[in-house]
Amino acid sequence: MEATTGARPVRRGLLRRKADYIPPSRYTLRAALTDGDAFTRLSFLILGAGNIARKQILKGLLFLAVEIAYIAFMATSGAENLAMIPSLGWREQTAEKIDGYWHYTPGDNSVIVLLYGVATIFITLLFVVFWAYAVRSAYKAQLLAAETGSAPDFIQDWRNITDREAQVSLMALPVLGILIFSILPTLFMMCMAFTNYDSDHVLLFDWVGLENFGQLFSADGAVNASLFGEVLAWTLVWAFFATFLNFFLGLFLAMVINRPTTRLKGFWRAVFSLSIAVPQFVSLLVINQMLQPEGAINRLLMSWGWIDEALPFFTDATWARVTVIVVNLWIGIPFTIMQITGILQNIPAEQYEAARIDGANWWQTFTRITMPYLVFVLTPYLITTFTGNVNNFNVIYLLSNGNPTPVGATAGKTDLLITWLYKLTVDKGDYNLGAVIGIFTFITLAIVSLITYRSSASYKDEGGFR
Amino acid sequence: MSHAMQAASQDSGKISFLRDQRKRRIVGDILSHLLLAALAVVWVIPIVWVVLESFNKNTGPYNETFFPTEYTLDNYVQLFTDKHVLDFPAMFMRTLLIAVVVCVINVFFVLCVAFCMSRLRFRFRKTFMNVVLVMGMFPGIMSVVAIYFILKAMGLTQGIGVTIALILVYSAGAGAGFYVMKGYMDTIPMSLDEAAYLDGCTRWQVFTKITIPVCKPMLVYQALTAFLGPWLDFVMAKAICRTQDNYTVALGLYQMLTREYLNDWFARFAAAAVVISIPIAILFIVMQKYYQESMSGAVKG
Repeated sequence: MEATTGARPVRRGLLRRKADYIPPSRYTLRAALTDGDAFTRLSFLILGAGNIARKQILKGLLFLAVEIAYIAFMATSGAENLAMIPSLGWREQTAEKIDGYWHYTPGDNSVIVLLYGVATIFITLLFVVFWAYAVRSAYKAQLLAAETGSAPDFIQDWRNITDREAQVSLMALPVLGILIFSILPTLFMMCMAFTNYDSDHVLLFDWVGLENFGQLFSADGAVNASLFGEVLAWTLVWAFFATFLNFFLGLFLAMVINRPTTRLKGFWRAVFSLSIAVPQFVSLLVINQMLQPEGAINRLLMSWGWIDEALPFFTDATWARVTVIVVNLWIGIPFTIMQITGILQNIPAEQYEAARIDGANWWQTFTRITMPYLVFVLTPYLITTFTGNVNNFNVIYLLSNGNPTPVGATAGKTDLLITWLYKLTVDKGDYNLGAVIGIFTFITLAIVSLITYRSSASYKDEGGFR
Repeated sequence: MSHAMQAASQDSGKISFLRDQRKRRIVGDILSHLLLAALAVVWVIPIVWVVLESFNKNTGPYNETFFPTEYTLDNYVQLFTDKHVLDFPAMFMRTLLIAVVVCVINVFFVLCVAFCMSRLRFRFRKTFMNVVLVMGMFPGIMSVVAIYFILKAMGLTQGIGVTIALILVYSAGAGAGFYVMKGYMDTIPMSLDEAAYLDGCTRWQVFTKITIPVCKPMLVYQALTAFLGPWLDFVMAKAICRTQDNYTVALGLYQMLTREYLNDWFARFAAAAVVISIPIAILFIVMQKYYQESMSGAVKG
């Protein structure tokens, strides 16, 4: 935070690099063990002991309370949860007739067993992190007390987490939310991939190792290698066209609107933004209705005498695939126009000026100036759009619902991995296969984004972007 | 003679060149306006169709003609008065409540995390960003089932609990969506913060008194997306609201198009679609200025 004078870019660069480097802390667990005094070492067993000894009473008691709470939790239910994980439960529900009434004794529910088990492991890991923090805090109190006479009291600590350590107070709630509602569920679902939780094993299921992965690559069955390959290929084709057609056509339209002699620029932009204002599920459901064999579009074309029988929008595989890509243009292009209009105006005008003086024609300026600039700025956006399209549940589910679906197949011709996953889990109850497909979706996305992002200019030259 | 001819031909050459340029421009103008007009019709037709359909006297989805022939206001009246099958007004109010609360929490979380990632340097910063990036690649639908069980363990799957559950689900993970806001904050000069620190501000004060006001355009964008989340979400709501008493508008509208309702409810579906689109359209029109500003600002660097 020093206010040095000097060339600004250099200083900024230096500051960034310096600020990004964080020296290793001297309050490490190892140092606490070797150099800590009796109270600090006691803190390894009884959290807060060291802090209480340095008159950080409230803090010490808080640490102790957390430890007691954790031990109480493990004693009452945590240990049992952990013990159940290997078997995932075995007691079946039983019914007995006592005095003429049926009495049901609930059995184990493997889903609950697994969830509680994963949550217990999660809580234990969090406790270990907390334990390390508490021990280091005790050692820190010892050193500070030795150096300055007294360890910081509660008020000073409070000031600290709203100032120098502001990330603690600012991030606490958001991180808690992410832990509980995104990381925990994801871990839980990944576990499903190694069980036989399907429609035949609803209440009680077991670990089966890699069997589900084998199923996915087997030659027969409702879920098999050729179907997986087909869906994966279509997912990638769809994501490619949905991303790049949207980009290029949106770019083209944005440039047409941006032409100096185009009139009513604001009006055109407003018309194209209309489709953003309509909620996506509404417009998709409406278009689905319009494209039915008896729907408005077929009616219209027939009444004009252009066609004799209904166009097979969702009954022919190729028609359906083209239809979803085209309808997606209707939804996606307005966003691209909005995005690109802003960026086009940011390209320095001198570059075009210079190019014109050098005698460059329109195509040359476009390929040498406009495109490189756009690609540089938009690479992260394109990657997120591509990722978003691989996971574009709404467009497929609400528009074509995967149709046309061959008889007996678990995935239709327009199903993406994500809608296939949804159908397998929600409609069929085959959670294990859904989880396997989810893991493969993740792997696909990770590979694609890694390759494109690593080789993109905005990654290699991040500084140029700032 | 020859001299004059030369001059004339030179002259005419100049004129034809000029004309050519103008002609090309005029042809380009006509073509691009024709193209824009044609596409504009394509863009507007489905929307016009829904609006007209919402006034259709015939309530079924498949009509003899493309546009309805008889118009009535009944669909709107019934939508708000006929509550015994699907209680649309209740759904509307519930969704509005959820959206407002989620909007507030979401914006606060995103601001907090983006501020930490952009302006502060601490251990685990890079780790956190990488974890969030990797988690984002897992298909969200995968965790829907797990989230339902977690909510069940918390006792939030019945009655009023469902509304709380939806608020929790839509806003709890919001901190992970900090990337756009962080990109915007990265463009605010560090010297602004440094001056404040020199004046004795704490990090929290810099956050609330400098960063948040400067981020206003982006904040509008964030609030808009956060508000729209609950309106547009369909999958998560479907998994959590098992009974019709807790439906959000998205679920209600989807319900209207299921086979058993379709014939009686299609026109009312169109009316409901218009009703929920109007507030969103107004929000967009009011905020479009900010939106475009912020989108360009975020990448300006």
